[in-house]
Amino acid sequence: MMNKFLQRSIVLIGLLFATLAHAQLRVEISGVGATQIPIAIAAFADESLAPAQVSAIIKADLARSGYFKVIDTGGPISETAAVNFNEWKSRGADALVVGSVQRLADGRFDVRYKLLDTVKAAQISSLPMAVQPQSMRLAAHRIADDIYQKLLGVPGAFATRIAYVTKVGREYRLEVADADGEDTRIALRSNEPIISPSWSPDGTKVAYVSFEQKKPIVYVQNLITTQRTVIANFKGSNSAPNWSPDGSKLAVALSREGLTQIFIVNADGTGLRRLTSSDSIDTEPQFAPDGQTIYFTSDRSGGPQIYRINVNGGQPQRVTFSGSYNISPRISPDGKTLAYIARRDGKFQLHALDLATNQELRLSDTAKDESPSFSPNGKYIMYATETGRRLTLAVVSVDGRVKQTLSMQAGDIREPTWGPFMK
Amino acid sequence: MRPASSLSTLALVVSSAVLLAACSSVKLDEKPPVEEKTAKTVAPTDTREVKTVETKSVDPLDDPKGELAKRSVYFDFDSYIVKDEFKPLLSAHGRYLSNNKQRKILIQGNTDERGGSEYNLALGQKRAEAVRKSLSVLGVPESQMEAVSFGKEKPKALGHDEASWAENRRADIVYQ
Repeated sequence: MMNKFLQRSIVLIGLLFATLAHAQLRVEISGVGATQIPIAIAAFADESLAPAQVSAIIKADLARSGYFKVIDTGGPISETAAVNFNEWKSRGADALVVGSVQRLADGRFDVRYKLLDTVKAAQISSLPMAVQPQSMRLAAHRIADDIYQKLLGVPGAFATRIAYVTKVGREYRLEVADADGEDTRIALRSNEPIISPSWSPDGTKVAYVSFEQKKPIVYVQNLITTQRTVIANFKGSNSAPNWSPDGSKLAVALSREGLTQIFIVNADGTGLRRLTSSDSIDTEPQFAPDGQTIYFTSDRSGGPQIYRINVNGGQPQRVTFSGSYNISPRISPDGKTLAYIARRDGKFQLHALDLATNQELRLSDTAKDESPSFSPNGKYIMYATETGRRLTLAVVSVDGRVKQTLSMQAGDIREPTWGPFMK
Repeated sequence: MRPASSLSTLALVVSSAVLLAACSSVKLDEKPPVEEKTAKTVAPTDTREVKTVETKSVDPLDDPKGELAKRSVYFDFDSYIVKDEFKPLLSAHGRYLSNNKQRKILIQGNTDERGGSEYNLALGQKRAEAVRKSLSVLGVPESQMEAVSFGKEKPKALGHDEASWAENRRADIVYQ
């Protein structure tokens, strides 16, 4: 039963990808959650009128989340149709999704949906939307988010975007895509490497390190206007940008004083302030969600370990103690979990640390993991890894059970960063 | 007439004179006949002729066989110390930079592919910085040098073996 569902989902996702002309990421599911809610999702009445098939996107999102078992339905069911709850209950569905799409006079589409509880025979949610044709995919993702939230109690992250760096031949690209790997767009093309992209909290800008001037320099690029601002080009190397939660500042790693140390700078490049002072490497600063603490990597005790320091300075506190090499700290949106890359037995693997209990959990079986990034709802971590002989992205749930890979037809993908919730 | 440098013309005249003088006291079959023939066919020199000599200064930096041709310092695994075998290389570049104050260099540090990008960027920086410090001790001013890092992002050797890794643990001196 489970295999059939997975196969259908993968085929569905495959069909979705086959219909699009431009390059997109291929998603393969290899692990699901411990429990899955059985949910029937009907085709929406008249959804073929619209440029994107809403119910197919919702099914793919929920299947990919790992927490839903999508049950087949027959033909389309409008949200106004009478529903035989017992029939759906007997088919094993705890919930049913129905809806319709109508073309409006002004060219927009009216999308209506209902989430029904088959056991209680009641409506759980509805979300009417009037949508521009080019925003149909987003509308479908928002419905999937609503379903996820109503049934799991946690906001869905299907309507979010990801940014990452690709290398195809000699060209490096900073790309942005929807969280499902669709609708890929190129934000920057370069003949020199790009690393460490970081989303602004409002999702309109990305900071990154570019080597286009033959040394690493930190830029902030407005994705909408394409305006680029150099925010750090001091003597030596400039890297590891990370935005403060309020979007007013960035923490960066600069070697202007000799060894790499952490500084804070305003989002327009002014007001440089040094944060760490050590005789070692301090790098990879990451603001905690409260904006008061910065986690970072330091090799002050020999090998690289993760520390935290108050944003106003002071004595850093060591956070990781297992093994001799722990780097790339990332904090969950609720501030309770630390994701990082640990080298153990020569393998570089994604780990998660519960900051309250100090319990460590290894989250991958691969050997070249890099650059973890939490989804904005804190349920998943996206990271870069090696699959076969190619560099791909992977997603894992924080408990290690839900697993996917995202890969390209040709070329390598690295440096993923998961974008924020957006209005 | 085929152009000839003044030097070779002089050599020809001198050797001709020597041979003509030698001819009278030595037996014919002891001398190579070719030389006699050549001596007989030399035309009388125009004493007002001026022939051009081309000369130019060669920047030692451009000499592929010179001591400045080598621009790379290699490092052991997990090491950021400049080994003794590279001291002569650095001395040569140090001297050149001291004698050519308008010249600037970028010192680009690299690491092998193992490990995270940002931490490796910082390790590569340590290598560039070690070379910069060595040159500074040799008297090269700060203003002529900048130490930067490529980390693991621009590997020269693309293999996944120790030979490739060793090639990539490197700091390069790049003249601007």
